[in-house]
Amino acid sequence: MNTQITNKPSDAKLNLLNVSNLSKMYPKKLALSGINLTLEPGHIVGLLGPNGSGKTTLLKILAGVIKDYNGTVTINGIPIGPETKALVSYLPDNSYFSPWMTPLNMISMFKDFYTDFSEDKCLEMLHKLGLNEKQRINTMSKGMIEKFQLCLVMSRKAMFYILDEPIGGVDPAARDYILDTILSNYEPNSTILMSTHLISDVERIFDTVIFLKEGEIVLQGDIDNIRAVEDKSIDQLFREVFKC
Amino acid sequence: MTNQFQSNTPIYLQLVNNFKHRIVSGELTVGSKLESVRDLALYFEVNPNTMQRALAELERDGLVFAERTTGRFITKDKELIIKMRESVAQEIIDQFILQMSSLGFSNQEAVNLFIKKIEERSV
Repeated sequence: MNTQITNKPSDAKLNLLNVSNLSKMYPKKLALSGINLTLEPGHIVGLLGPNGSGKTTLLKILAGVIKDYNGTVTINGIPIGPETKALVSYLPDNSYFSPWMTPLNMISMFKDFYTDFSEDKCLEMLHKLGLNEKQRINTMSKGMIEKFQLCLVMSRKAMFYILDEPIGGVDPAARDYILDTILSNYEPNSTILMSTHLISDVERIFDTVIFLKEGEIVLQGDIDNIRAVEDKSIDQLFREVFKC
Repeated sequence: MTNQFQSNTPIYLQLVNNFKHRIVSGELTVGSKLESVRDLALYFEVNPNTMQRALAELERDGLVFAERTTGRFITKDKELIIKMRESVAQEIIDQFILQMSSLGFSNQEAVNLFIKKIEERSV
């Protein structure tokens, strides 16, 4: 892998995200090793890498869930903390609902927690995806729970959306709707960082991709430039870079 | 509009070609207004930045022009459209010649086959 297509350097103040020399050590495993990354406002970024490459760890650090790490991370110039959490809408890789809850319970909690949350938007998305706001979480399928979680996250008007595998468990028809939802709800000045394994399904909505391999960034750049240079789809390139 | 893109060539270039084709074929009429970047991106289900890039490319070619407050329009330059139409046709013919010769047909054989096909179709 010798293609390093970097974004042109820009004024650090304009960056939405600044990560410098970020490392994270789990007992007996180095999850992230010296990550440097900047993202500007107004992009949809794909975070791609095989299982165990550090995607979820990186996203958890950006979302403020993992706090013990080495290096510096700022969002909108502010070090990760309560202040940045208000700017970030985060979809974790697993569900945080209690089984007895209904979507309505969660919606009222989100209304309390986040001033940028729109209940109307959430209900509209929920209905379009065929969900019922009064159905208890423990009677929902895995895919239904995922859809609902995404509705919550996309109903906030955040500066930075961090989505960890948002479409993994949903059927292809709903997948298309979700991608449309992401595109139509996306504000020109916000940035979406999204990890996924379903590259061929989503690569058309990215403008930037990041390849993560064993805790390091091995490729980062504008997706159409990469296609032009490599003459390959991102899915094909991924299969080559991460060939087992 | 999903899945109409080939994933190994830049999507913005495919969008440029799509617009070019619709401009020279007259599907998009001379001087007509284009939808907003956002709506076009949604229609093609692509990233708004990718759509923006495609429109910038079309502007550079002169096929589309922007008016500061009102948006983007298809060019009013009919001559440019005629020229562009011819150059698109040339590309298709070049492709035909290349492929026929790679199949081992001589130029004359290719022409004969072509004429024969056209006559069959017009019956």
